[in-house]
Amino acid sequence: MDALATSIDLTIAWALLLAFAVYVYVVLDGFDLGIGILYPFFRKKEDRDLMMNSVAPVWDGNETWLVLGGGGLFAAFPLAYAIILPALYPPIVAMLLALIFRGVAFEFRWKAVGTFQARFWDAAFIGGSTVAALAQGITLGALLQGIEVDGRAYGGGWWDWLTPFSVLTGVAVVAGYAFMGATWLNMKLEGDIQIRVRRFARIFGIATMGAIVLVSLWTPFLEQEYFSRWFSFPAALVVAPVPLLVALIGFLLWRSITEEGRDWMPFVLTCALFGLCFLGLGVSMWPWVIPPTVSIYDAASPAKSQLFMFVGAIVLVPIILAYTGYAYWVFRGKLKPGEGYH
Amino acid sequence: METTFLGLDALMLARIQFAFTVAFHFIFPAFTIGLASFLAVLNGWYLWSKDEAYLHLFNFWLKIFAITFAMGVVSGIVMSYQFGTNWSVFSDRTGPVLGPLMAYEVLTAFFLEAGFLGIMLFGRGKVGNGLHMVATLMVAVGTAISATWILSVNSWMHTPAGFSVNDAGQFVPEDWWAVIFNPSFPYRLIHTLTAAYLTTAFIVGGVGAWHLLRGRWQNKSVRKMFSMAMWMAAIVAPLQIVFGHEQGLNTYEYQPTKVLAMEGHFETHENGIPLYLFGIPNQEEGRLDYAVGIPKIGGPILGKGWNASMDGLDTVPEAEQPPVAMVFWSFRIMVGIGFLMMGVGLWSLWVRWKGRLYEDRWLHRAALVMGPSGLVAVIAGWITTEVGRQPYVVYGEMLTAEASSPLDAGAVGASLLAFIVIYFAVFGAGVGYLFKLMGKTPERAPYEEDIDYGPLRASGIVPGVQQEAPKGGNDRQPAE
Repeated sequence: MDALATSIDLTIAWALLLAFAVYVYVVLDGFDLGIGILYPFFRKKEDRDLMMNSVAPVWDGNETWLVLGGGGLFAAFPLAYAIILPALYPPIVAMLLALIFRGVAFEFRWKAVGTFQARFWDAAFIGGSTVAALAQGITLGALLQGIEVDGRAYGGGWWDWLTPFSVLTGVAVVAGYAFMGATWLNMKLEGDIQIRVRRFARIFGIATMGAIVLVSLWTPFLEQEYFSRWFSFPAALVVAPVPLLVALIGFLLWRSITEEGRDWMPFVLTCALFGLCFLGLGVSMWPWVIPPTVSIYDAASPAKSQLFMFVGAIVLVPIILAYTGYAYWVFRGKLKPGEGYH
Repeated sequence: METTFLGLDALMLARIQFAFTVAFHFIFPAFTIGLASFLAVLNGWYLWSKDEAYLHLFNFWLKIFAITFAMGVVSGIVMSYQFGTNWSVFSDRTGPVLGPLMAYEVLTAFFLEAGFLGIMLFGRGKVGNGLHMVATLMVAVGTAISATWILSVNSWMHTPAGFSVNDAGQFVPEDWWAVIFNPSFPYRLIHTLTAAYLTTAFIVGGVGAWHLLRGRWQNKSVRKMFSMAMWMAAIVAPLQIVFGHEQGLNTYEYQPTKVLAMEGHFETHENGIPLYLFGIPNQEEGRLDYAVGIPKIGGPILGKGWNASMDGLDTVPEAEQPPVAMVFWSFRIMVGIGFLMMGVGLWSLWVRWKGRLYEDRWLHRAALVMGPSGLVAVIAGWITTEVGRQPYVVYGEMLTAEASSPLDAGAVGASLLAFIVIYFAVFGAGVGYLFKLMGKTPERAPYEEDIDYGPLRASGIVPGVQQEAPKGGNDRQPAE
């Protein structure tokens, strides 16, 4: 294989691998950030203890996918990393600080002395989770609406990221994560609290579906290219299954959270729903990494860099998935009230 | 567009922010790298000997590990994004070489630690002792692998190798082996890992000393933690001085300017190199004021003859000199602490030989004071090596001044303030919780209840202490 072909294949492979890492992150950290977003609606300490304990053994691994996303972007597409992060400086810094608050809350909450400290770390968990989700959604929106590039650097102003569209995507992600959190809790908890969790699953489910519809209708109008991919013939035929499947899964989801049944079903369907949203994003953005100027090929690091990592990733990612799966398996099943890890 | 914030330009603000966040972050892994291994040893020892004192000691330090590790994780995520947010030109240009090493760190270390942490913390009852031991080992191995990759990255910035530069100005890998095993990497890895183990040993020793000073000598877990820590101090601290010296020689070979700054050699020496013990660097005038030194022995220390000559900083253009005072002082703090650690280690050997390890209150006081000394030393050493690399970010290849993001001073200033306030508040609270956990008495093994140790020999112990800790185990952890 000649060098050029190798580098093109590797670039696609890395784009897919990073997309996979970000998807896994969104699903995994989505539900545990979602639990923080749902905290204000559950005021009793015992409820909150249970909710936090349902993710205490795994949150750390979940967040590692975010580090892989950042590290992988740095390694495989350094130019994109170097343009996107300064362009989104305020939301990225806000996300990092928010993740500090919610991350330490997992430990500090159990060590708190007196009501002030207890309330403070609960608030840190709520605020940190919500702000992190909002900042991630804003980042997504700001990327989708395009980033101004000047040479090999960001060329725009400091508030370019803040638009009605990015605020919408921010709120959409908050709603979506809350929905995921509720379907996770529906799977992990039982009794009275499960009934209450299901109510919030319905509320945030409706909000999430509404947000998906709004973002989907708005996105094609951001960029001529997006529009032609979704609405020009025959491209539209190829992509039409995406919105149709979203509608189907939305219907199945509604049934699974309104009727009694298998408690894992809503969570699995939510993962599928997020997967389809992700696919939709891919349809719009491919092969850009920074719309509408920098493609994955422009930003790719040399074949030698991508190959060196790819060899390791192909071996290591399945192993990581295996032991991560094992860790989830160890802590499977319903969490009984009063049962806790702390 | 604002160009300064509180009188500082965007570049200086970004440098302060990076130094602040990385120094804060480094405190946590410097402790958890050693602590993870200590926990693996304790758990293994418990499983092998069935002595519950080790289990209680494991549980005691596990809670401390959990909090410290969480703070390390969240402050580490900041680092993995800060290269891009604040050092975008550096990221663009070094990404092809350094990015893959960091990606390997995530794939081989971070996932391993995070994946098994839950089982290590909460899973003993679910998976049994055997698999729990495996999980504990995986976390310990993960911390060491993580240190290996990130120190390879850091070493490459000091002694870049195995690369070429492409048309876009990016560093491009030519030989991965040469990149990873760049000339300073083996020395830095050994010196830094050993520093992490020593840091942990002195924290453990300090906590043990605290409990001994409170009269809890009857608690086997307390005695064990103090004894193990003092063994580490006695054996590892002298080794560390050798490792540090080796890294110094390596630095002298590849970054001589840094060594000149560390040792305060402003002037060229013709006939014998002195070793300056003290002095006040005066970089403007190019001399070491009030210098106190030993003539001639600097040569043999640097692997040269007694009458060797050496070019001083006066032969280095001003624009290529690091800020000498910071390097000079931080180096002295690190070395001074290193010798103090060795002193405590050797002292403990003597006291142990005399059979008074759990009685010598002066040793306990010294160990308590030295508890956080490892953290101070690693930060001081970090400052020595990083400031000593200036004005380069990639030594000899790329200036720090060219590396930063095109950010507004106001934006960086605001984020810097936010980081400072939040880090002190959040991690300050965390350190408070750590102190509380450290101050609790480890649980005593049931079999210890019946053992009458008899009164401690009167020497070296004040009468009040025995009242504080009468026999019968009322120093057990109060029920929560």
